[in-house]
Amino acid sequence: MAGYVLMFLLAAAIVMAFAGAAKARRTADAVPGKTHSRPIYHGLNAAIWTGIPAFVFLLLWLFLQNTVIDHLVLSAYPGVEAMDASARSIAISEVRQIVAGNIFKQPTPEALAAADHLRSLQAISGWVIATVAFASAAIGAFLAWRFVGKRARARHSVERAVSIFMLLSSLAAIITTIGIVTSLVFEAMRFFSMVPVQEFLFGLRWEPQIALRADQVAGQGAFGVIPVIFGTVVISLIAMLVAVPTGIYSAIYLTEYSPARFRAVVKPLLEILAGIPTVVYGFFAVLTVAPAVRDLGTAIGIPAEPNSALAAGLVMGVMIIPFISSLSDDAFAAVPRALRDGSLALGATKGETIKKVLLPAALPGIIGGVLLALSRAIGETMIVVMAAGLIATMTLNPFASVTTVTVQIVTLLIGDAEFDNPKTLAAFALGLVLFVITLGLNLIALRTVRRFREKY
Amino acid sequence: MNMMAETTTEAKQVQPMSEPSFKMLGRNVSVHYGAKQALFNVNLAVRQNTVTALIGPSGCGKSTFLRCLNRMNDTIDNCRVSGEITLDGQDIYDAAIDVVELRARVGMVFQKPNPFPKSIYENVAYGPRIHGLARSRADLDQIVETSLQKAGLWSEVKDRLNEPGTGLSGGQQQRLCIARAVAVSPEVILMDEPCSALDPIATARVEELIHELRSNFTIVIVTHSMQQAARVSQRTAMFHLGNLVEENDTDKIFTNPDEQRTQDYIMGRFG
Repeated sequence: MAGYVLMFLLAAAIVMAFAGAAKARRTADAVPGKTHSRPIYHGLNAAIWTGIPAFVFLLLWLFLQNTVIDHLVLSAYPGVEAMDASARSIAISEVRQIVAGNIFKQPTPEALAAADHLRSLQAISGWVIATVAFASAAIGAFLAWRFVGKRARARHSVERAVSIFMLLSSLAAIITTIGIVTSLVFEAMRFFSMVPVQEFLFGLRWEPQIALRADQVAGQGAFGVIPVIFGTVVISLIAMLVAVPTGIYSAIYLTEYSPARFRAVVKPLLEILAGIPTVVYGFFAVLTVAPAVRDLGTAIGIPAEPNSALAAGLVMGVMIIPFISSLSDDAFAAVPRALRDGSLALGATKGETIKKVLLPAALPGIIGGVLLALSRAIGETMIVVMAAGLIATMTLNPFASVTTVTVQIVTLLIGDAEFDNPKTLAAFALGLVLFVITLGLNLIALRTVRRFREKY
Repeated sequence: MNMMAETTTEAKQVQPMSEPSFKMLGRNVSVHYGAKQALFNVNLAVRQNTVTALIGPSGCGKSTFLRCLNRMNDTIDNCRVSGEITLDGQDIYDAAIDVVELRARVGMVFQKPNPFPKSIYENVAYGPRIHGLARSRADLDQIVETSLQKAGLWSEVKDRLNEPGTGLSGGQQQRLCIARAVAVSPEVILMDEPCSALDPIATARVEELIHELRSNFTIVIVTHSMQQAARVSQRTAMFHLGNLVEENDTDKIFTNPDEQRTQDYIMGRFG
């Protein structure tokens, strides 16, 4: 039903667009004097008034109808007062299965009655949608039609509608973020009701393998986040050590020194690096780099493990070079030519000009790129899942195996997981920690940039 | 355009003037931007401790010639300079000349004030630091102070040397740029329409400054304003379509020019 209503609304909006534009053209010709809005704006205005309010209503209704219908069906279900929350959800899903035609066992008469109730409610709901949407479209079309006139300000009306749409678009990202954070915090709170916060934040042991059933043999379980964060920091640090100098130097070379033809070839190639799927980097890390690093470690006499922090860090570093390089490149290119000329005219060499004028002026952009890269490094999952280890050890030896926050989240959530024990809930707490770290980094970055920025 | 006639007129003028007081000398200077020729065999002498004004309609090549004098054209891809330009008798396009040293001797002030996004002090100290002109912090302070004084800016900024140079007004910024150029003690200062972005009062201050700087420096200034050329310069060179039309004492150019085209331009008949 909703699909037909949607198609009707679309068709009605298009018809009204042409009708509105046509009427605007007629009135413009009929009445002397200056016309305010061109016909196309009257057409758009009519289409918006016809389609949008009905469309918004349709969305809201579809969003809410299941909750409302479930509630109505359940309240009429015999013996509902005695049921707890999970029994209720089982009952309603059984009813829905019957309506969808998936019958596994002979349903109880109560369930069959409820299924009929559900069907009738859905039918009513469909008719309500259709009626209200038609009515809304008709009223909108009528108002817009009456609105068309010589001096009517359809242009402003359309622009207002577009600006509201843009406002909603910009809010969408924010609202989604708030939603994600809320759910993270909510689940993390449940985790912290089982494992004390201080044990999680300051504990030095991370052994989440706990018994899921009473008859299983497993360790006690320890949820100290420090070793996991430590591993993330070590790998990110190695990655940044690779990526920051390489990225910035390549940006300087490409903007300031390279011949135009070299730049035309290399810059797109560098950006292709950013397009390689991280899983490809992952098996490159585990199949090529990790053995090489292990051989290197053995050669120089350091005990090396097959999965080393160095291998994961190096490959991750290569992965984030394009972020730093590309954003630094833009930052350098944005520095006005007048500043370069001013420095060169004082007898500065190219190198001095870059170091003393371009670099400070481009600093905010460069820091932005570095932080974006760092957030990527900290949140990167695929490479470390494949190339880093699973055991949380606190070591600065880059040839040893470490684990990261993202790896632990993945391993905690893979498999049959129930969301009522600390093992799975720990993933949300880790996610929250990750979020807080990147948020903190961004705040620090903003302050640093504001402080050291040389504004031109 | 009769180029032969011009070069002969020019030769007549250059010949009796080849005295030792010539600071810079351009002979048969031509400039190409890619395939397009912007300057045709220009012969022009710049006298020591004199303000030489380059005038002419837009696109006539006067800025191009100015930028040849400290090889700023080198920074433009596909720009080719031919002919000979000497500074104290030495060819500045010779391979033996380091362009960095040349620019320290021939400074430049641009059309739009372009202070670095640094403090006022750092703007002026930039050149001396690069060239190692100051042995100590006190030395550097001294250089900064004298340069700002020479640029007539000291009294206005002495209490806020650590504020950003970009926070000054347009006229102050331009004088800061002049102070920055002066700080490296150049011999010649090139000015590319230094007042075109300034209001009349700031312009008057900069012109006054040019007058004072003349005793220590040789100045070449490109300007669109006839009055400015008449006010600040002793010698004036008129360019048109990439050619040097004539060069003479400023008084002579503005009262009784040899060339009809100069007369027309000054009277505002074209350009």
